[in-house]
Amino acid sequence: MNATATLIEQLQARFDAQLLSCSQRLDEVTIEVAPGDLLAVARNLRDSDELAFEELIDLCGVDYLGHGQSEWETSEQVTSKGYSRGVEGAGPGRFDWDGRPRDADMPRRYAAVLHLLSLQHNRRLRVRVFCADQGLPMVPSVTAVWPAANWFEREAFDLFGIVFDGHPDLRRILTDYGFVGHAFRKDFPLIGNVEVRYDPERQRVVYQPVSIEPRVLVPRVVREDSRYEQAAAETADPWRSN
Amino acid sequence: MEEIRNYTMNFGPQHPAAHGVLRLILEMDGEVVVRADPHIGLLHRGTEKLAESKPFSQSIGYMDRLDYVSMMCSEHAYVRAIEKLLGIQAPPRAQYIRTLFDEITRILNHLMWVGSNALDLGAMAVFLYAFREREELMDCYEAVSGARMHATYYRPGGVYRDLPTQMPQYRESPWHKGEDLKRLNQWRQGSMLDFLDAFSEDFPHKVDEYEELLTNNRIWKQRTVGIGVVSPEQARAWGMTGPMLRGSGIAWDLRKKQPYAAYADVDFDIPVGANGDCYDRYLVRMAEMRQSNRIIRQCVEWLRRNPGPVILESHKIIPPQRADMKEDMEALIHHFKLFTEGYTVPAGECYSAVEAPKGEFGVYMISDGANKPFRVKVRAPGFVHLSSMDEIVRGHMLADVVAMIGTYDVVFGEIDR
Repeated sequence: MNATATLIEQLQARFDAQLLSCSQRLDEVTIEVAPGDLLAVARNLRDSDELAFEELIDLCGVDYLGHGQSEWETSEQVTSKGYSRGVEGAGPGRFDWDGRPRDADMPRRYAAVLHLLSLQHNRRLRVRVFCADQGLPMVPSVTAVWPAANWFEREAFDLFGIVFDGHPDLRRILTDYGFVGHAFRKDFPLIGNVEVRYDPERQRVVYQPVSIEPRVLVPRVVREDSRYEQAAAETADPWRSN
Repeated sequence: MEEIRNYTMNFGPQHPAAHGVLRLILEMDGEVVVRADPHIGLLHRGTEKLAESKPFSQSIGYMDRLDYVSMMCSEHAYVRAIEKLLGIQAPPRAQYIRTLFDEITRILNHLMWVGSNALDLGAMAVFLYAFREREELMDCYEAVSGARMHATYYRPGGVYRDLPTQMPQYRESPWHKGEDLKRLNQWRQGSMLDFLDAFSEDFPHKVDEYEELLTNNRIWKQRTVGIGVVSPEQARAWGMTGPMLRGSGIAWDLRKKQPYAAYADVDFDIPVGANGDCYDRYLVRMAEMRQSNRIIRQCVEWLRRNPGPVILESHKIIPPQRADMKEDMEALIHHFKLFTEGYTVPAGECYSAVEAPKGEFGVYMISDGANKPFRVKVRAPGFVHLSSMDEIVRGHMLADVVAMIGTYDVVFGEIDR
């Protein structure tokens, strides 16, 4: 039995119903847990001898808005004159602050993804937690289990607006002081909202609305490639059901 | 008696010892640090979001600009993530070239580190000497890619092109002439492998020179021994990797534990520290340079004996040769598709990590089957290390904060991304 299969067996035996899903792809094991179970599972993952995931390697937010969507549908618009060459609609990166999509009310939109490493057993594990409420995405903080989560959670809060319940010092970390919005959400414009310049009259740096236009040169396309059908079937696990 | 209040000090973002744009708010009790609050993000460019708006191959260049002192290692992690999702593997010669350049990069990084760290702690000379060897290695970067730093040399499926058969030479100029020119071109008569052979023959002596300047230097030891001690427990809890973890006595190296490229086939040792202080981490990095040199010699030897392709032939992913495009319709179509749309990557997610000079550099990539990544997360070692700043420097003197920033080996390109 290979290492990943052993890990899956150990995880299933230990957590049972707490695992919403447990999958293996490309030699990587991913489990999904509910936000309510995260702390208990995290402690168990770190402290039990057979798992011993002592190191939190990474924690990041993910915004699943627009997952799997193509900007350029060729199949439906084929006429005798050919098919559409232009990209229509507000695809990722193609809108500004005023034109940003508003009603992005999809279930299971935000997730926090943890990457764990066990030095003892030389294994990795990915843990995914979907936030329940999309208006105020919330996940319990794991800083008490792995102190390294501190800045990672601040980063996910800053860029995705995911609130980590129990974090000792949840401030913005990467964006500017006084930044508005969460920059890595899919409905945040790629060009941003404001720009800074030095105003010689007022003799200080001022903020003003961005003067550039959103522009993406290569459209985002999803191709139905027979080579990838097998791979697509493998990924058709529950977290993609939305 | 009047109450004594702690003093808050602002360190950076334009302090020469802040290694870029670190802003550090220090709460001081006299000379002693009570709390350190690093403010980062002054160099935040949104690399990950930019990568989401571009076809996969167009973001390789962004990876160079993350950790701009160890460029090709960052490329390696990104390229390997794409390869993993596509299910392709670079040919063996490309794997060896990548190993070679990862180690060149490690030496580049550690030279920069030892120079700037010594400069922070008051030793000017090391910095100047370190740039002597960096110059030669950056010439190797230039010889394969045309760029001295931001190479974009690694591609999914291999490397951009094979190593040059003639190492470029210096031409006569007002700055380089006569004996000086002869000395500069002495190693550059043959191929790049000959150059590296000569370089790696000589390099251990250069490391001896650095060690001569620092290892037994009384001032250096006073500034680093027993400073910034990271216990193995702390190192694990704070997610440390690379020299930070090995300095604390944990023999963990991805090149050995989870080998990638050609690391399983080359022979090298993992240097480990004992006390986890700044001095041990210095020793670990110096020893790592010698090990990297060993790996370079083995790679040069292998590459001499084994010619072969350096990139896959599959034109669904790798652009065809320009000469083919002149005659072959198929090649022209492939070229057009690749440069107007790129290739689509099967839906899925993966995490690929490499042992970058600073620690584990990882790329977490989610693809939804499109020609652009759905999400790219860069796991930068410096970010994780710097987050432990508050805990490690608490109770140290102000001057030791500088030693600690130096020993973290922070580069803000990767921390702020």
